[in-house]
Amino acid sequence: MTIASPEVSADTRKSGRYVYIASVILLCAWVIVPLYFLLINTLSSPEAVNSFPKSFVPDFDLGSLTFFANFAGMLSALKNSILVAGLTMIMSITIGAPAGYALSRFDFPGKGLFRFLILLTRAFPLPLLALPLAVMFIRTGLDDSIFGLALVHTTLAIPFAVLITFSLFSGIPIELEEAAWTLGCNRLTAFQKVILPLVLPGITASAIFAFVISWNEVFAAAVLTIENRTLTAFLLQNLDTSPLHLKFAGGFILVVPALIFIFAVRKYLFAMWGIANR
Amino acid sequence: MGHRQPLGRGAIKGANVIAEIQIKNIAKHFGDYQALNNINLTIDDQEFMVLLGASGCGKSTLLRIIAGLETADEGEVWIGGRRIDHLSPKDRGIAMVFQNYAVFPHLTVFENIGFGLRMQKLANEVVTRRVERTAELMHIEQLLKRYSGELSGGQRQRVAVARALAMEPDVILMDEPLSNLDALLRMEMRAELKGVLAQSKTTTIYVTHDQVEAMSMADRISVMHEGRIVQATTPVEVYRNPAERFVASFIGNPPMNFIPAAAQGNGKWKVAGQMFDGPNTDIKSLEFAIRPEDIAPAKIGLTVTVKVIEPLGPHLLVTCDIAGALFRAVLDSDLKINPGETITLAPQPDRIRWFNRQSTKAVV
Repeated sequence: MTIASPEVSADTRKSGRYVYIASVILLCAWVIVPLYFLLINTLSSPEAVNSFPKSFVPDFDLGSLTFFANFAGMLSALKNSILVAGLTMIMSITIGAPAGYALSRFDFPGKGLFRFLILLTRAFPLPLLALPLAVMFIRTGLDDSIFGLALVHTTLAIPFAVLITFSLFSGIPIELEEAAWTLGCNRLTAFQKVILPLVLPGITASAIFAFVISWNEVFAAAVLTIENRTLTAFLLQNLDTSPLHLKFAGGFILVVPALIFIFAVRKYLFAMWGIANR
Repeated sequence: MGHRQPLGRGAIKGANVIAEIQIKNIAKHFGDYQALNNINLTIDDQEFMVLLGASGCGKSTLLRIIAGLETADEGEVWIGGRRIDHLSPKDRGIAMVFQNYAVFPHLTVFENIGFGLRMQKLANEVVTRRVERTAELMHIEQLLKRYSGELSGGQRQRVAVARALAMEPDVILMDEPLSNLDALLRMEMRAELKGVLAQSKTTTIYVTHDQVEAMSMADRISVMHEGRIVQATTPVEVYRNPAERFVASFIGNPPMNFIPAAAQGNGKWKVAGQMFDGPNTDIKSLEFAIRPEDIAPAKIGLTVTVKVIEPLGPHLLVTCDIAGALFRAVLDSDLKINPGETITLAPQPDRIRWFNRQSTKAVV
């Protein structure tokens, strides 16, 4: 084997760099371009949306959005979405955070199995569960209710809540708690005064993530509700009948909060998969 | 008993409560592993007791049992005539300093030091006064507004110690508090900590694996090995009269030399071809032990072959071979010797120690 001369290796490095930059641009475009079209069409008048050719700059017309707001049932669907997501957020954190704490701090028989089972809840596709769930909900009177749907979404969100909070609590050295105990705290006050302030940002992130899971969920929402549809289910229901500008506006309203929230809490989501802890 | 204040005794102002610690028959298992085996130890009021041992000897477990962070399977812990092993850590009148400092990252240095005082619901002026006084004592008064993330390791260690001192506890427990610091800082903190703790007149239990730390700081050292206390006495006594072979080989750098000895009757022992006066017992064979620095060149003595010479400045560390075994001597650096030479070294007679080869205990 010969060793490449400096010029050659510099050349290779340079072309490698071009490939790298091109790949980055391509991947970014893959995500950003559709979002950009969504933005343009949302901020254009209904006429501009339905015409051709398209402009590449938005004309900042609120016609589509106004139409969306005035479409029958749309605002109540939006309200349902927010309610269901809010309930999901509260329930998954009140159940998930203590579970995460217990997993990180206590040794108990079946701990490994428990963690596995948490993950397993995501192994069954929702369509498989939807029919029995619908039957059960109708029997118990939970069908077509906001609380019932929030229950299903909580089930979907809990594994993430548990895993995120587990990694949060594990990132806090046990000595901090022990120090608090020797300084006059019991388990509860030590949690309040030391652990909670340290994990609160992470808990918030995990709550927001639960909110987004519920906000984006469409299948259970479509199957389990009729009158009280969430925004995703409502848009799906009217997909073939609604005009193009309504679809764009609805899509935009759906995407933006999820996008902002996920961006805001990204570092905690990375932590969940152990990529970074800070 | 029963009439004393629940917490604190004005440790810095001067003591008036007797905080003697008694550890009675403590045993602890982790599964099949016996971490502590029938520990009995009394630590006097205001004493500085060091628990010294290699990692895994149970010294930290014992400290955590005294602190209440771990429960013993058997035995009792008494502080100042009050049984405390059933109490939670906050009711034991102890304060603890952890190896990784455990300074709360979300609080300022001031609030860290005052944390325990706030938990006692003391008035604001009292908290401020005591925090400022202990901060001054630990030379961190200029750091009070900072957060843990803005401090160096040494500064964090000072905060952790100040936080413990501010509690004015009956007993301070320290779990390898200096082992995360670099060597120079460790030496500096060692002297400072010793001074501060002596001044505070607080009974202290200090866990370390560093024998220099133990020697230099302790009133008494408890040498621990495989879950039991092998010897608990003053540093000089531990060094001069090890109770067991383990202590002799663990303490001292380089450690003691051991050579097999065969009984010749009437307290005479044959050691590597030389006759020595030793204990008059029925046992046929013992181990002869001598510290490397208690050896000097002489006309008559043990004949050794020099293998390696390491000049250490004031001394030469000479590694020799004696009848196939390793033998180290610390000799004067003016001595002219070369590797491969055969020399005669005489042990100082009153420094020779003898160990039973079966029980490994010292024989007198």
